[in-house]
Amino acid sequence: MAEKTPVKAKSALAQAWAMVTDSQIWTSLIRHGYPEDARTRSLAVLTNVFLHLHPAKMRKSGLRMRYTWCMGGLSFFLFLSLTVTGLLLMFYYRPTAEYAFSDIVYLREDIPLGIMRELHRWGAHAMVITVWLHMMRVFLTGSYKPPREFNWGIGVLLLVLTLLLSFTGYLLPWDQLAIWAITVGTNMARATPVVGYEGPLAQLLKLGDIALVHAGADARYFLTAGRLIGAQTLLRFYVLHCVGIPLAATVLMAVHFWRVRKDGGISGPM
Amino acid sequence: MPEFVKLAINALTAPSIFVTLAILVFFASLKFYRIWTRPKFALGLLVASILFFLISITDAHFQWIVSQPDNVPIMAMLYVVGFFYWLSLRQAAINDERIEQGKGPMEAEETNDRVHVWPDLVYTEFIASILGTAILIIWSILVKAPLEQPASLTRTPNPSKAPWYFLGLQEMLVYFDPWLAGVVLPSLIVVGLMAVPYIDKNPKGAGYFTLKERPFAVGGFLFGFLVLWILLVFNGTFLRGPNWNFFGPYEDWDVHKLVPLVNVNLSEFIYVKWLGTGLPASWFWRELWGILLVIGYLTILPPILAKTLFRTMYARMGFLRYNVMIQLLLIEFSMVIKMYLRWTVNLKYIIAIPEFFFNI
Repeated sequence: MAEKTPVKAKSALAQAWAMVTDSQIWTSLIRHGYPEDARTRSLAVLTNVFLHLHPAKMRKSGLRMRYTWCMGGLSFFLFLSLTVTGLLLMFYYRPTAEYAFSDIVYLREDIPLGIMRELHRWGAHAMVITVWLHMMRVFLTGSYKPPREFNWGIGVLLLVLTLLLSFTGYLLPWDQLAIWAITVGTNMARATPVVGYEGPLAQLLKLGDIALVHAGADARYFLTAGRLIGAQTLLRFYVLHCVGIPLAATVLMAVHFWRVRKDGGISGPM
Repeated sequence: MPEFVKLAINALTAPSIFVTLAILVFFASLKFYRIWTRPKFALGLLVASILFFLISITDAHFQWIVSQPDNVPIMAMLYVVGFFYWLSLRQAAINDERIEQGKGPMEAEETNDRVHVWPDLVYTEFIASILGTAILIIWSILVKAPLEQPASLTRTPNPSKAPWYFLGLQEMLVYFDPWLAGVVLPSLIVVGLMAVPYIDKNPKGAGYFTLKERPFAVGGFLFGFLVLWILLVFNGTFLRGPNWNFFGPYEDWDVHKLVPLVNVNLSEFIYVKWLGTGLPASWFWRELWGILLVIGYLTILPPILAKTLFRTMYARMGFLRYNVMIQLLLIEFSMVIKMYLRWTVNLKYIIAIPEFFFNI
C-alpha cells in the first residue's frame, strides 16, 4: 500500500503526483509502492500476471548475457512480435488463389510506410536462428541434465513448431518462390514409409487388389489437400499458420516457461 | 580479386573438398580451443573474414547471391553462429582452466548470489526487446521482402529450392533417397535430440560451459549442428545452382553446365564389375550384399566399439542407453560415409530395391 506522505513539504509537482498515486484508480491498478526495496520489488513481480512467470529472486549467474545469450527471451519476443504483425497482415490478406498474390502486391506497393510484411518475414527468419542458438546454448551448458530432461523435450517440440510455422507461412505470398519451395518441401512426404505412395512399403496397405495408399490418398495429399499445390493447400496452410500451430506453440510455451521455474530457474552449477 | 584466386576458391568449395576441409577445421577448432579463442586471435579471424567478404563482394556473382533478400539473414546467421561458437568455447576454455586449478567454473562464483528479478531481469528483458524491435525495423526498412512472379505450376524455376532452413535436408537428397533424407532422418533428428538427456549420464558440466568435462557430448552435438546442418544450409543456399549442380561462390549459374552422372549401385559393382556375371533376376540375391553390409554396420560395429573405443562409456551407460546412443551416432555418421562413398567411388545406392521404393 502506498504510504500517505505529508503533503505540506512537497513541491506542486510532487503534490500532484501524490494525488495521482493516492487516487482510487491508481491504487486499484498498482497495489504496491515504487519497487525500491525487497518487499515492493517482490510484490512488483508477484502481483503482475505477466511478470509472475518469473520468480521473485534468481541466481545472479543466470542473469549474465554471456551465459544465456538472451536467445530464449529473444525467441519469445519474436513470437510476440510475429503475432502482432501477423494480426495486422490478416486485415489485408485473403488466403485464396485469386487474391493472395494481389493482396501482397497491395501491401507492398500501396500501403504508406508499409513494412509490416518485412517485419513479419525477417522476424520469422530471425526466430528460426534464435531458436537454433537457444538450443545450442542449452546444450553446451548441459542445461538439459536432470531435472530438466522433460523441458528439453518440450523445447525440441517448440523448435519443430517454429520450423513448421515458418514453412506454412512461406506459401502465403503465393508467388513463384513460395509455391515451388513448398512443392519441394511437401514432395518429401510422398516418400514417407508405408503412408506415402512413393515410399518404401507403400504396397503394404491394401484391400485385396485395391491400394489404399496412392497419389490421391497419402501423406502428401493429407498435407497439401491435392495432388498439386493449389487453392486448397493455400487455405490449409493459412489456417495452420494463423491458428493451429500458434495455438499448439502457445500451449507448449506455457509448459516450457512453467517448467523452467519448477525445475529451479535458469540453470547454474550445483 | 585476381582471377586465379577466384578459380582456386571455386575449386576448394567443391562439396568433397569443402566438407573435408570443414570437418578438419572443426576438429582442429575443438582440439586447439584454448588457443584460437583468445580474444586477439578470434578478433583476427573476424577481421580476416570481413576482409574476405569485402573483397569477394567486388565479384558480380558473389554480390548477386549474397544480396538476394532471403539470403541476407543466412549471411548474418553465419557470423552470429560463428560469434556464439567462439563465445561458448572461450568460456569453456576459461572454465576448464579454472577447474584444473581447482577453482570451479566462473558461474559457480555467482550461483549463490540471489538478485531480485525486478529490476535486474525485467530491465534486461525490456532493453533486449527494445533493441530487438529497433534491429527488426532497421532491417525491414533496408531490405525489402522478396516477391517473385505470381505462383504458377506450369513454370518450374531452376533451381527449385526448399525454404532456406531445410536446405541441409535438400542437400542430403544428393546422397540419400527422399524417404531417408526427407522423412526418416529429420524424424530421427527430432527423436534423437529428445533422447539426449536420457542418454547423457555424465553428471558433470551442468550449468556452465565446458569442453574438457564432456568432449564427446559437446563434440557430437556441434558436429551435427555446425557441419551437418549449418554448413549444408550454406552449401544449399550459396553453392547450389541450376539442376542442383555445384557452383563456386564466384562462378556464374550456367543452366547448361554439364556434370556427368556416373553413379553406380553396389550390386552393379559386385555382379557386373567384379564377378562379371550380370545382375541376378531376383532382387533378393541382387541386394543381399548391400543388405548384409547395412545390417552389419548397425549390428556388428556397436559391440566392437563397446569393447574397444567406447569401453568406459559402455560401462557407465549400460546396455540400453549405449545402444540407443550408438545407433543415433552411427546414423549421424552414415551421412558422412555416404557422402564420401559418392565422391570417391561414385557409389549411388548400397541397397537399391526400386521395386519397393527402398533405396539406401
